Amino acid sequence: MLHIHGLSRPGLQRVDLDVDAGTCIAIRGSSGAGKSLLLRAIADLDPADGEVSLKGMSRTLMSAPTWRKRVIYVAAESGWWDVTVGDHFSNPDIAAGYLVRLGFTDDAMSWPVSRLSTGERQRLALLRAIVLTPEVMLLDEPTSALDPEATAKVESILHEKRAAGTAIIMVTHDKAQAARMAEHRFVMTAGALSAEAAS
Amino acid sequence: MNSYIELSYMDIALAGMLLGINAMLSVYYKLGTEKRLVIAAVRMVVQLTLVGLILKALFAAVSPWLTLLAAIVMVGFAGREAMARQERHFKGFWGYGLGTGSMFAAAGTVTFFALATQFHADPWYDPRYAIPILGMILGNTMTGVSLALDRLLADADDGRARIEARLALGHTFREALQMPLRNAMRAGLIPTVNGMAAAGLVSLPGMMTGQILAGVEPVQAVKYQLLVMFLIAGGTALGVFAAVMLALKRLTDPRQRLRLDRLQGK
Repeated sequence: MLHIHGLSRPGLQRVDLDVDAGTCIAIRGSSGAGKSLLLRAIADLDPADGEVSLKGMSRTLMSAPTWRKRVIYVAAESGWWDVTVGDHFSNPDIAAGYLVRLGFTDDAMSWPVSRLSTGERQRLALLRAIVLTPEVMLLDEPTSALDPEATAKVESILHEKRAAGTAIIMVTHDKAQAARMAEHRFVMTAGALSAEAAS
Repeated sequence: MNSYIELSYMDIALAGMLLGINAMLSVYYKLGTEKRLVIAAVRMVVQLTLVGLILKALFAAVSPWLTLLAAIVMVGFAGREAMARQERHFKGFWGYGLGTGSMFAAAGTVTFFALATQFHADPWYDPRYAIPILGMILGNTMTGVSLALDRLLADADDGRARIEARLALGHTFREALQMPLRNAMRAGLIPTVNGMAAAGLVSLPGMMTGQILAGVEPVQAVKYQLLVMFLIAGGTALGVFAAVMLALKRLTDPRQRLRLDRLQGK
């Protein structure tokens, strides 16, 4: 479904990758190896060479906002631009259904962002992407600030999205998480992506 | 107009002694400001004296080319000063060209407008009118443009996570930059707005004071001051708007990315 051909930029060597609907790819690697660069290049947030297409349609044929809504990047460090949590959701009603499952109370949409913990921010940043029903999710360490219990909650929702056809490319430091979530596992070393040796 | 008291160089030297007292206080209390004070004062004396001489020659010549040359030199210096006042600026030509171009366009337009409508100078480019008006508008536009650009580029740089979070969710670049844009416009216009609001109540504007001291009747001086304030406000707003819009364009590309790689400095 997501087709990446010859994608490269400074700090990232040529990447060729195909991601089918409903599958998950995990990428591990040390800090600064270029994992985030790859996700950002796919989301078209940085200039890069190469061809990226979704369902046979090149991203250059659609506007950048359209592309980024269909292929959503969730950064490791979440960004907040308004006062309350709900201000950051285009459709808070859909989000309400997920709030309790992610360990929040119903009124979380009215909370001020400044009151949120790092872990809360991380879950809500993921949620505001999920409710846009993207076809591909590019997740940069989506559970790095979460305890095992919260991580399980997030993973269960991600599994559900996959069952509905969403493809996921996930950067994670957690080998066990990669094993739980992904059928294809890669390692990034000094800007070069390679398949992880079977273990 | 005849009632003005001609100043001797002695009078000016006496006024300058006020700074001398400050410098001595600074030396005595080890405040470390004396060197800066003296250098700035000397610079001012030299610059203004030279300008006086240049203006005298320029006014005598009434040449369109010399007037244009003077205008270009003024805009050039304003552009350099505006860039020096920004913590961050664009790499390459844009760093200097953006502020300078906006100031040139805004101050030039407003000066031309004033010459054509209010002053009816003959010839229209008469440097006795053109140069002082341009200088006044340029000085204020420069402050506005540098404040606005400084704020915009700082907000874009420091707010990267915030801005890119919105871009990643499919917001347009304009949406993602709405707050930095508003903040930058406000920062650029605050000195002008404050200046208008406080004029007469808190402070007597420098130009008006100078005219009154030079013997002009107060109501006439006020009229000139109003005209100048409107020209300054109009020029500054135009310049700030142009600079911020151009900078926004340079901060992004056709794929609506945030191009912080085009910035340098801090």
